[in-house]
Amino acid sequence: MPRSLILPEFLVHRDEGRCTKCKACIRQCGFGVHAEEPDGRISANEQRCVNCQRCVVMCPVSALKVTANKEIGRENAYWSAERLREIWRQAESGGAILTSMGCDRNYPVYFDHLLLNASQVTNPSIDPLREPMEIRTFLGRKPEKLSIAGPPGEERLAGPLPPGVRLEMPVMFAAMSFGSISKNTVLALAKAAKQMGIMFNTGEGGMNPALGPFWDHMIVQVASGRFGVDSAYLEAGRIIEIKIGQGAKPGIGGHLPGEKVNEEIARTRGIPTGADAISPAPHHDIYSIEDLRQLIYTLKEATDYQKPVAVKIAAVHNVAAIASGIVRAGADIVVLDGLRGGTGAAPKMIRDHIGLPVELAIAVVDRRLREEGLREQVSLVAGGGIRSSADLLKVICLGADAAYLGTAALLALGCHLCQRCYTGKCSWGIATQDPSLTKRVDPEAGAERLVNLLTAWQHEIKEFMGAMGINALESLRGNRLQLRGVGLPQNELDQLGVKQAGEAM
Amino acid sequence: MVERRDDYHQCYEGKIRIPSGCAVAGFINKTGERVNGGTVAEMMALMHERSNGLGAGYAAYGIYPEYRRAYAFHLILADHRTREEVEAILARNFRITEEHEIPVRRTGRYKKAPLLWRYFCDPLRLDRDGALDELLLATTMRINRLAPRASVMSCGQDLGVFKGVGYPEEIAEFYRIDQYRGYSWIGHGRFPTNTPGWWGGAHPFSLGEIAVVHNGELSSYGTNKSVLENFGYEMSLRTDTEVMAYAIHYLRRQNMSWPLVAKVLAPPHWAELERMAEPERELAAALRRIYGGLLMNGPFSIIVAFHGGLMALNDRLKLRSLVAGTSGTDLYLASEEAAIRQVCPRAEEVWPLPGGEALICCAEEESACHVA
Repeated sequence: MPRSLILPEFLVHRDEGRCTKCKACIRQCGFGVHAEEPDGRISANEQRCVNCQRCVVMCPVSALKVTANKEIGRENAYWSAERLREIWRQAESGGAILTSMGCDRNYPVYFDHLLLNASQVTNPSIDPLREPMEIRTFLGRKPEKLSIAGPPGEERLAGPLPPGVRLEMPVMFAAMSFGSISKNTVLALAKAAKQMGIMFNTGEGGMNPALGPFWDHMIVQVASGRFGVDSAYLEAGRIIEIKIGQGAKPGIGGHLPGEKVNEEIARTRGIPTGADAISPAPHHDIYSIEDLRQLIYTLKEATDYQKPVAVKIAAVHNVAAIASGIVRAGADIVVLDGLRGGTGAAPKMIRDHIGLPVELAIAVVDRRLREEGLREQVSLVAGGGIRSSADLLKVICLGADAAYLGTAALLALGCHLCQRCYTGKCSWGIATQDPSLTKRVDPEAGAERLVNLLTAWQHEIKEFMGAMGINALESLRGNRLQLRGVGLPQNELDQLGVKQAGEAM
Repeated sequence: MVERRDDYHQCYEGKIRIPSGCAVAGFINKTGERVNGGTVAEMMALMHERSNGLGAGYAAYGIYPEYRRAYAFHLILADHRTREEVEAILARNFRITEEHEIPVRRTGRYKKAPLLWRYFCDPLRLDRDGALDELLLATTMRINRLAPRASVMSCGQDLGVFKGVGYPEEIAEFYRIDQYRGYSWIGHGRFPTNTPGWWGGAHPFSLGEIAVVHNGELSSYGTNKSVLENFGYEMSLRTDTEVMAYAIHYLRRQNMSWPLVAKVLAPPHWAELERMAEPERELAAALRRIYGGLLMNGPFSIIVAFHGGLMALNDRLKLRSLVAGTSGTDLYLASEEAAIRQVCPRAEEVWPLPGGEALICCAEEESACHVA
């Protein structure tokens, strides 16, 4: 094999003075970077290093440091090091470059150009420690009119409402399949969802029997591969989500290589052990909006109209019209997954060059649905790149009912965003099926970290709302007047439906 | 009298939204006995300090017994050309039976008041239930699109709104409200906090049979607006009270009783709701789930007038004052107790309204028929 021309992306620095040769780094690295040499030295194969920082964090004597290798060639402002590397890699491999997690390129981040409001004088701010601050929300279809029976004073509901799902705070864990992530990671998400009164999502990985106690907090996904979809699966979930697309790879299918399909994954997905699990790019029974309507109603019929049906799409240029079609096709919840949405594996070019930031997607869909008088009938969920409680509130003000957290949840479990989930070697034990690695995520301890994160966000959300003088989350949804744009041209402000900072109410 | 800036900057506010503090007052006689506007004007005058002269107004019910079945459009117009435009809009769906300038005392600073016109009209064709509500809504929205050149003060039967830029006592004098006799009255004095007021931005805001006066600021305005836009409401007057009036109008169109309307505007907290017994809890939870976007968030006290009654309501946290008092068959409501004591020194009972709990007073059954 000819010699590779590519210099390592990262450099491993070992402080030999501190190193005690305990070999923890060798055991910790899922990528086989560290090794013991015959002479007793510990060496590092930097070509393999992905900079996941596992060895750095775990080294008991802090002898390790991993840094980016900046000196790889004559990169310039146009030909960045990353572009050079991509070309060399493709020249050597002849393949599309794979990557994981969400788009990391330097496109405008609208969240960072939006500022929230607060009350002064004319409207008192509210102290969340003294007054109730309500952040509960509901997902599901709403009737155009509530039917009420009985004489005034003794009114009651005349009939059942369409099925709805209560969320104690406006977030959910995004679809991440067992297969792309480990069973322990799925369990940590499920436990945290139950404890926080929110939902987690099976992705297209099917339903592991260990999830039994968490059915009330489970969204079951029906994706193009239909893995693990049977009536028990549909019955078990509170919400059924049809996955049309994903922000990280709009229009692209999925592929779980056969070597990752161990016995348990095979059983959960309903496929032979060792067989590739291929999710086609389109659903082969959905070639049009009418076909989507048929699938939505097939799922509703199969579950006796007891579960809201969500349709998840990647945010693309024509998202407003597509979302309107999805609502008219009978979906109860529309999920928009933005440009920054994560993935277990995607072609890098696709991930980085297709889609729409979720801020714009939510804003234009919310506006379109209002113009058509449809917005109050359905719920809108934002996914893709929510990094903080502030991002969450901003996307709600732009029109979302709730948001999915994927990357943020994995970060809470220890992920260091090395973007190598597709390798299945995750040293943090998250995106791997290797038993020696998966045991690194303890479902209990992981759930506690997730609960801590969400509890912290709750505190922050309540402080934000109190400052705005708003004590119920429903008064924030679509409340663009609580937002102002900074550093955005007028046409972007118009698309977001937000005024320039400095403009009054 | 010194001419004030707002007299020639009237149109400014139509382009922006103004948060405001205010004074409100209301009066109803439960037997339907009609009184002139002097009482409510006196209540408002006492609360002079709560307004800043940039807007005041009154709504009266039962004032047009001789035109009881006609829809009375009260309009604020820039000039006669605008009036012709508005008349063309009206004529699309209504037969105008009578029209004239609203009689006013054009004195002092009000020499430059806009054209204030009143039409009594009958709807041309009504082919189905609820068509009239939609017609009034569509017509009002069409006219208000011309704002600030034109805006509808009120359009209901046997009721009228009189409002403009000035202190409450000045507006009362200007519109000669002591010359009208109604069984219920509401009044308002504005304290907009950042720009000159304009005539269309004064309270009450009215659509169909309801009229609202409001003291407070709605932090939920953006959400309320985006919800109402689904149902054909257009916020062209950009004062937060506009969404309050339209939200109430919308909920009433859904055949909701007044207590339920109040439960949407100021719903019980979830914690409170969980302590309720069924089926009350189920209904309250459904109202919140379905109509949560019409929850009015932020400090407010409102008085809503409708045919045969008044409803008073505070925000859930009681962040604005609102006091009620009774004397015989009279009910008084005001931002300050002093206003009630002023016109009714021997009030039998005077009490502050608790947060989020509506006080609904309806004229007695037969008198309600008599007046409505």
